[in-house]
Amino acid sequence: MSQDIYVLIEHNQGQVAEISYVMLAAGRQLAGIHGSQLFAMLLGYQAQGLSLDIAADKLLYIDHPALKEFAQDAYLLTLTEIIKSRQPRVVLFGNTTIGSDIAGAVSIALGLDLASSCRYFTSDGKFVSQICGGKIMAEGNLSSGTTLLTMVPGGYKPEEGQSEHPPVIENFSPPVLDNLRIKNIKFIQPESFDIDISKESILISVGRGIQTRDNLELAENLANSLGGVVCASRPVIDQGWLPTTRLVGKSGKHVKPKVYIALGISGAPEHVEAITGSETIIAINTDPKAPIFDIATYGTETDLFDLIDVLVEKVEAAKAS
Amino acid sequence: MKIVVFVKLVPDLVEELTVDPGGTTLDTTWLRMIINEFDDHAVEQAILLKEKTSTQVIVIAPDFDGVDEVLFTACAKGADQIIKLTGDFSSINNHALARAVASRIKILQPDLVLTGVQANNDIDGSIGPALAACLNQPFVGYVSGVTLEDNTAIVQKEYPGGVIAEMSITLPAVLGIQAAEQPPRYVAVSKVRQVMKTSNIDEQPLDELDNSGFPEVTRMFQSETSAHAEMITGSPDEIADRLVSVFKEKGILQRTNR
Ligand SMILES: Cc1cc2nc3c(=O)[nH]c(=O)nc-3n(C[C@H](O)[C@H](O)[C@H](O)COP(=O)(O)OP(=O)(O)OC[C@H]3O[C@@H](n4cnc5c(N)ncnc54)[C@H](O)[C@@H]3O)c2cc1C
Ligand SMILES: Nc1ncnc2c1ncn2[C@@H]1O[C@H](COP(=O)(O)O)[C@@H](O)[C@H]1O
Repeated sequence: MSQDIYVLIEHNQGQVAEISYVMLAAGRQLAGIHGSQLFAMLLGYQAQGLSLDIAADKLLYIDHPALKEFAQDAYLLTLTEIIKSRQPRVVLFGNTTIGSDIAGAVSIALGLDLASSCRYFTSDGKFVSQICGGKIMAEGNLSSGTTLLTMVPGGYKPEEGQSEHPPVIENFSPPVLDNLRIKNIKFIQPESFDIDISKESILISVGRGIQTRDNLELAENLANSLGGVVCASRPVIDQGWLPTTRLVGKSGKHVKPKVYIALGISGAPEHVEAITGSETIIAINTDPKAPIFDIATYGTETDLFDLIDVLVEKVEAAKAS
Repeated sequence: MKIVVFVKLVPDLVEELTVDPGGTTLDTTWLRMIINEFDDHAVEQAILLKEKTSTQVIVIAPDFDGVDEVLFTACAKGADQIIKLTGDFSSINNHALARAVASRIKILQPDLVLTGVQANNDIDGSIGPALAACLNQPFVGYVSGVTLEDNTAIVQKEYPGGVIAEMSITLPAVLGIQAAEQPPRYVAVSKVRQVMKTSNIDEQPLDELDNSGFPEVTRMFQSETSAHAEMITGSPDEIADRLVSVFKEKGILQRTNR
């Protein structure tokens, strides 16, 4: 086994995903600890151009038409080949729509240990993973063999994984990629008729605590009086109470308003990762232990149903005076 | 068509979570377990497919406290068969579950296996991709829509920012469900009670569980955060006053209404 650290570069439709840079930053730390080199793995088709700002010592580039877009079976065949031939110390994947689909399958296929949702590594190289919606952390040592990890954002700045000096590119021949069982048909872009919440400066965001569709009116009233826009966490969108264009989070939009008001949102990691760029976060949640309070600027444990009407009145009064 | 849905129970995050005195696992003494939200969506997706095509739906779950109710509820929603896997699951991980469940699924030979995209206590990856690898089948996760056509499934896979990839996947296959096409339906408690009288849970013991595939945890702890919100207390009136002054500080009250 080598001591080298390998990072799977995630990209989609010609764009490198931010988690790739987070993983490169983590990988650099691990390479320092193990006194080894940092390798990026880029699987794609005519996609070398994506490697320019990748902060790695070397980049393994694997070119094949079947790798043009992510497909779990083609990636699995390719990555198992690379890992078998290179025997890295660690392989990092994103805990994402790409990395999560593949890491567990590589783990079973090659009999390698996998830890998921790693947020950071300690200075002596232990992994620290978050579970239970970010309420509990689990720390552990890398296993003796090649260890696979999936990573969540938050522990490293993406800029630390970027470089002005492109990495040295090494080509790696893909395995035979025939009889694949997964095919990309097309990408469907989000609807563009709606406003873009990532550009709004005042957001009133509702979570499951809002309880019913009718109660959304409360949030709309507050939005109207503040000149803001209503958005939501995933459960509210999944209920069909607001269009998907209003989804804030990992699978929705990242937002960076001046003021973000979270009404009845617990602060799950998939939600929080998308709002930390906000200038001010105000969280209204009856659970004093809700993780949202760990990242909010201001918080209150009062019941949102007791507060909103009063707040709207006071805002109106303040505007009139 | 035959669909197997794998469902598990996870800690209810509304309750306080504590670490076992041993310091490496959750304390399960007072832990309240509920169905994994995404597994609930997987059940719903299977029932929706059953309503469109003649499909047999089998729901499998390992034995955790409260699992009978979860299984009977699935049955009341329209599942044809419910299976409870029995054994000692006190320190089980997804690798062990995947291997054990795969051995059962090989016997059932379904066309499609559905499970939730992830669970809040996953620590060695989610179960779907591991299960697919044990079965040597393709896997697509983050799925929010499924249509069946002969020997393929057309699925909608979610990417960040609201982008969706439409993919075809040759069956048999495993899918990790993020959201069903409709929110999970509600069934009245009375209907579940009725099902309890008329249906049976098929209990199947699991053999030796193999937990390999996960690096050892040396310490588990509650998240300690470096920062915390400034908490505003008082009556709703007082809180609203304070918030209005925050809005003023941020200069957002001058804006005109839209
Ligand atoms: C792959 C994946 C992607 C995901 N992507 C996203 C995403 O993009 N965006 C997203 O938001 N989630 C996403 N999730 C879901 C995420 O894990 C959480 O389930 C979700 O964020 C929880 O939403 P919530 O906070 O509204 O609900 P809950 O966690 O149920 O929290 C509701 C909160 O409301 C509070 N509350 C209840 N009543 C009141 C009241 N009267 N007054 C005040 N407070 C009250 C409660 O104390 C509680 O904290 C994703 C999950 C997965 C697996
Ligand atoms: N309509 C709802 N649907 C689902 N969950 C809800 C709903 N209303 C509240 N909740 C959440 O369920 C959890 C327990 O609520 P309660 O027991 O009413 O305090 C809290 O986290 C609430 O936010």
